[in-house]
Amino acid sequence: MTDLTHSGDRILRALRFAVEAVARRRRERPTPIVPSHNVAGRALVTTIAIMTFLASLTVGAVTLVSETAAQWQNDISREITVQIIPREGLDMEAALGAVEQVARETPGVTGAARLDDAATSRLLEPWLGEGLQLSELPVPRLVVIAIDTSEPPNFEALGQRLTEAVPQAELDDHRAWVSRLVAMANAMIITGIGVLVLVLLATALTVVFATRGAMAGNRQIVEVLHFVGARSEFIAAEFQRHFFRLALIGALFGGFGAFVLFWMMGLWTESNQARPEADQISALFGSFSIGWTGYAGTVALVALVAGLTALTSRMTVLRQLASIDMLSPVEN
Amino acid sequence: MIKFDNVGLRYDAGREILSDLSFEIRKQSFQFLTGPSGAGKSSLLRMLFLALKPTRGTISVLGRDVASLSRRDLPSIRRRIGIVFQDFRLLDHLTTYENVALPLRVRGRSEASYRQDVVDLIEWVGLGSRMHASPVTLSGGEKQRAAIARALIDQPDILLADEPTGNVDPPMARRLLRLFLELNRTGTAVVIATHDFTLMDQIAARRLILNESRLEIHD
Repeated sequence: MTDLTHSGDRILRALRFAVEAVARRRRERPTPIVPSHNVAGRALVTTIAIMTFLASLTVGAVTLVSETAAQWQNDISREITVQIIPREGLDMEAALGAVEQVARETPGVTGAARLDDAATSRLLEPWLGEGLQLSELPVPRLVVIAIDTSEPPNFEALGQRLTEAVPQAELDDHRAWVSRLVAMANAMIITGIGVLVLVLLATALTVVFATRGAMAGNRQIVEVLHFVGARSEFIAAEFQRHFFRLALIGALFGGFGAFVLFWMMGLWTESNQARPEADQISALFGSFSIGWTGYAGTVALVALVAGLTALTSRMTVLRQLASIDMLSPVEN
Repeated sequence: MIKFDNVGLRYDAGREILSDLSFEIRKQSFQFLTGPSGAGKSSLLRMLFLALKPTRGTISVLGRDVASLSRRDLPSIRRRIGIVFQDFRLLDHLTTYENVALPLRVRGRSEASYRQDVVDLIEWVGLGSRMHASPVTLSGGEKQRAAIARALIDQPDILLADEPTGNVDPPMARRLLRLFLELNRTGTAVVIATHDFTLMDQIAARRLILNESRLEIHD
């Protein structure tokens, strides 16, 4: 108990020391030349927070789609199927046996098993009804081949050998299906990147207008700085510092909002795994959890938004100053 | 230091508000610039501190022809000219101390290198007790003194002051005049634009009198 009180006291003392140190630093730091608080500043912080939030959601969605697509691809490439088309005079049992044997002898294959009569009947039941006699119908039969994903076989050579052994065998390595999925995922990623670029562009334009507004609103300050001999770079650096601070606050809020949302969605899908509505989401995305790339992307985005804002405001100020008549910076 | 040669100024297509101005502000000189309201005093001052180009004639400032100056040249020349505006132009969100220190801050100097100089000057102009006050809370006279201190802090080669005693009582006006004279003795050329004859009568100095757009010089 006494130990607890002691460590509590120590933490309180450390906290007080930290707060005092921050306050002392604030007192010692000169007042920014561009005033730090005004209504336009708050509006800009809010806008940047919203933009960063939307951009972070886009980054999250892009990483989710790309990771899920990779997962689909991985799952599918673990198995391939061989279909044997029934033709006149084909001994289906012998053909199934031959396919299994060829497959098992191929390096990179970890197993081969025919879909037995019962499984095939179950597969066809929705279309053909119960009590199906496979021997009476010309139904194609399947052999499922398991693949060693770390060292997959040469699919083309395998296909060729299978056709040589059983001319009616057709290898389906699901590549068409995978390539369609990958194409869809890539399209979504490209769209996401497009949205991201547009959001960043809109942010930069907002900053251009905000900087122009701030320069007009602080015209007297710009004039005085000119008369006391400030170079354009100095004035630009002052505005840049001001906007970098605003952007960093806004971007941190936006990024934090996105973090919270990602985390809550992850929790929600985890806790509702068995429910039908969550099944729908898991069917599409597995568990709806943003991987570390999503979180890292959001952190990078916060830095990017703050940096982009600082750069944009600097360039805007330099352009504006250059457009002012060199000898009439005050009034005409 | 500043030389006007046949300078004329007109705004847009109107008549010339300043005509045929030819004069020189010499090194270490002291002069008053006076004349009735509307005679063009403010426009002449603005040409002196490089805020306005003449429509004809040539102006050279610190050995440079104004017509040939580029934007990049202006800060280094302005750093050698101290200006006191009639409306003070102090930045309200900075303290008196920060306003006075502003010219040194924009030169990129560290605060430690100038803190004592700024404090000494602020005390000298009698604002020691208002060091950390916002200009909003200062009286007209106090603002005037803060503006003067800001113009003097980097010991300019030329000091241009527009009605620097307009908002102070006579004893403070005399004190400020002594300050300008002392500054002048240390090598700064001083131009004081004023309507105040009592102030001008206190010392025998050169007078530049603007009247009906022309300049008379009484040495």
